[in-house]
Amino acid sequence: MTNTIGDMEKADVILITGSNTTENHPVISTYIKRAVKFKGAKLIVVDPRRIKIAGFARHWLRSNLGSDVAWINGMMHVIIKENLYDKEFVNARTEGFEQLKAMVEKFTPEYVEEITGIPAQKLTEAARMYAQAKAASIVYCMGITQHISGTDNVKSLANLAMLCGNLGIEGGGVNPLRGQNNVQGACDMGGLPNVFTGYQSVNNADAVKKMEAAWGVSGLSDKPGLKVTEMLPMAHTGEMKALYIIGENPLVSDPDLNHAKKSIEHLDFLVVQDIFLTETAQLADVVLPSACFAEKEGTFSNTERRVQRVRKAVDAPGQAMDDWRITCEIAKRMGYAMDYADAEAIMKEIASVTPSYAGITYERIDYEGIHWPCPAADHPGTPILHTAQFPIGKGKFHAIDYIPPAESTDKEYPMYLTTGRVLYHYHTKTMTGKTEGLNERSPGSFVEISFKDATAYGLRDGDTVEIASRRGTITSAVKVSGMAVSGTVFIPFHFIEGAANMLTNAALDPVSGIPEYKVCAVRLAKAA
Amino acid sequence: MDTQNLIVINGNEFTFTPGETILQVARRNSIPIPTLCHLKKANPTGQCRICVVEVEGARSLVASCAAPAGPNMVVRTETPAVVEARRLVLQLMLSSGNHNCAARVSDDNEWSRFQLEVNRYDKTDALCPVWGDCELQHLAYQYQVSAERFPKTEVPYEMEDVNPFIVRDFSRCIKCGRCVQACNDVQVNNAISFGYRGTDTKIVAAEDKALKDSDCVFCGECVQVCPVGALVEKNARYDVRPWECEKVRTTCSYCGVGCQLWLHVKEGKVVKVSGVEDVAPNYGSLCVKGRFGFDFIHSPERLTDPLIKENGKFRKATWDEALNLVARKLGDIKEKNGGDSIGVLTSARVSNEENYIANKFTRAVLKTNNIDHCARL
Ligand code: SF4
Ligand code: SF4
Repeated sequence: MTNTIGDMEKADVILITGSNTTENHPVISTYIKRAVKFKGAKLIVVDPRRIKIAGFARHWLRSNLGSDVAWINGMMHVIIKENLYDKEFVNARTEGFEQLKAMVEKFTPEYVEEITGIPAQKLTEAARMYAQAKAASIVYCMGITQHISGTDNVKSLANLAMLCGNLGIEGGGVNPLRGQNNVQGACDMGGLPNVFTGYQSVNNADAVKKMEAAWGVSGLSDKPGLKVTEMLPMAHTGEMKALYIIGENPLVSDPDLNHAKKSIEHLDFLVVQDIFLTETAQLADVVLPSACFAEKEGTFSNTERRVQRVRKAVDAPGQAMDDWRITCEIAKRMGYAMDYADAEAIMKEIASVTPSYAGITYERIDYEGIHWPCPAADHPGTPILHTAQFPIGKGKFHAIDYIPPAESTDKEYPMYLTTGRVLYHYHTKTMTGKTEGLNERSPGSFVEISFKDATAYGLRDGDTVEIASRRGTITSAVKVSGMAVSGTVFIPFHFIEGAANMLTNAALDPVSGIPEYKVCAVRLAKAA
Repeated sequence: MDTQNLIVINGNEFTFTPGETILQVARRNSIPIPTLCHLKKANPTGQCRICVVEVEGARSLVASCAAPAGPNMVVRTETPAVVEARRLVLQLMLSSGNHNCAARVSDDNEWSRFQLEVNRYDKTDALCPVWGDCELQHLAYQYQVSAERFPKTEVPYEMEDVNPFIVRDFSRCIKCGRCVQACNDVQVNNAISFGYRGTDTKIVAAEDKALKDSDCVFCGECVQVCPVGALVEKNARYDVRPWECEKVRTTCSYCGVGCQLWLHVKEGKVVKVSGVEDVAPNYGSLCVKGRFGFDFIHSPERLTDPLIKENGKFRKATWDEALNLVARKLGDIKEKNGGDSIGVLTSARVSNEENYIANKFTRAVLKTNNIDHCARL
């Protein structure tokens, strides 16, 4: 997030898209709901489902799946045409405006309506509302990123925010909500194939030299590595021989599960380190038991870049150990000593090689976390990014054209499927599934369908239905719901029985490598 | 000094900023004023009247939570009239329902009869489930009141325990309305409100349905703010007493909000979770996963030993055996096919320190940049 969570209560307009906020980030949704209910903020929700937060919105724009670039360009078309953009900001702090203007020229509200299904009038009103706000915040989540055009979608939202001068100010910003507790931290800490900690590029010779010196090694690779979505196919072809998986369960979360399983079975050697014997761990050659969050010291970085403490409350069961200790033990046995007294010693090393974490110490974040960048021990942290300038100097507008999703409906597969989460479960359910009460509230997979479609298919609540895509077939229980819009069904991806990802499409965004979980074509039939 | 913004409380002068309530000024200066209905994150309602104080020149006692501090106001917080008013409020609260914490003193037989009756209702022989952790009980001791002054009134509503998380015990509800504000003004879930009237007042969900059939999303904000034993976590009720627990502060391990939690630990086990008040990002609020989804920590399905697969079956191994095997295998593959034939998936679930170590291991030991995590999935 460019801004903080608390900042949302200072926005005049909040635009939420691709985030089912009340279910996936419930506590953030309270900030937004309070902003609307008590602070007079106006809410715009753009989402293919009539999600709960839409009930708080002035405008709920129902977009067709995968049509985000089109409606965002459409809004910018209106804003430019009606001269509502922030000229001062555009002149002083951005470049590429002319190209953007040329690109959005054709995205008239009428043209956008054809693509997105959003009525031209509503789009225009929403665009005006966003542009005329003193401070407007954009909030998004996987509904934006999990598309083949995910990177384009994100850049388009940044375009919109820059166009209206909504970056670097209180109550503004472009605010991605991270799904998992420490996605932010995993990225910050070099858990990515192309960067060391703090996004220092692996093909930057200086960064390589610095790391070699800090780690006392030579010959670090300066070639960007493989993304997870590339590793599995390479396992299939035999180029990838071994995987060491720490705390992840790609066998439920991967798109096109059938294929993922086969790929993993091709490996010569698989090590899985986890707190449970997950679906993925069951395929491993060696399983290493690790400690969970309540059993260890450390830090997580939340979605607003706030580095916060994790503390040990109880002992890990049996022989289970901290993940870092296990990895260090393997390193030692491979001839490289990685000795740390404790997690705090690791944080000291992180701070020494990572400019944005340089000022973070356990002592400083003992009571309240600090937002990185925090470059020095006396730096207060950076709640709002880009207040004076962008890291690259001027903010660059990207002229982006709309491309349709990888799969569309046809005679054989006439319905759209989109996937997501529910309030009561988390990810692949390995943790939430252990709480009986959560299972009671959300016992199993379901397919959410509109009243109209249910009637057309002769389906009733609780009926068992077969859903097939070009990749697989599952059965699931019907849930007739006002959240669904006819023509599109929704299935949560948490469940291994009735797994949504047997159906989803593994087509990837070419830049981020994120699969298009949010759109595929399916057909429904009442199960015999 | 700007005499405009001075207020006198118990004989001492204090400054205030316009808009501050008497209560806020008092608390800021460590002058205790008791409250029950007051909820920091919402607008004051003045519902319970326990926070009354005497203000010179005012015709009656003033609810300090709602009254703004005024220039040259002279306030007294514990005069006989104030104490008497508070005692009355407490006596009325204690006389209604099952407050069997022994604040309800009475002659021996009467007490025993009452206690047994409540035990039957509660299906336990323990005292009130929040004994020692109750703001009403605390005040009853502080002001030394009993429930004798008024005849006991019955509460006509049955206890509700049909959902997995929250027990609603109307017999202990004092109708302060904190939960209603927590639900409507803090979480904005709009699930509960005041229903019925007068002595029949009840906190209702929708048209007096069970929580599980209402808009309730089991965030538990109402439980956290309930000052008495009317709303209690189902699994902790009677089993978890505050003096048996140690509290450890940490960060939620579910979504990216990173809510600050207290883990309540009893005999080496996490038995309850509550939100940490007064700090970002959540200021005490949590969601159902963070508050109630902690059973996995002590699940019997947790992995406890390293496992090695032999002939398609796992067997337990020692750390040395497992680690040596992993190191040897990865070493061999690296030797034979190069580091780029190995991949590491680190995790959006583990700590920064652990991600850093995985990153260092991959690049410095395996000599590849094949490291990623599944957050895009
Ligand atoms: S648990 Fe949350 S949603 Fe349910 S009644 Fe309490 S405050 Fe409202
Ligand atoms: S309590 Fe809920 S909202 Fe807060 S971090 Fe945990 S999962 Fe997210």
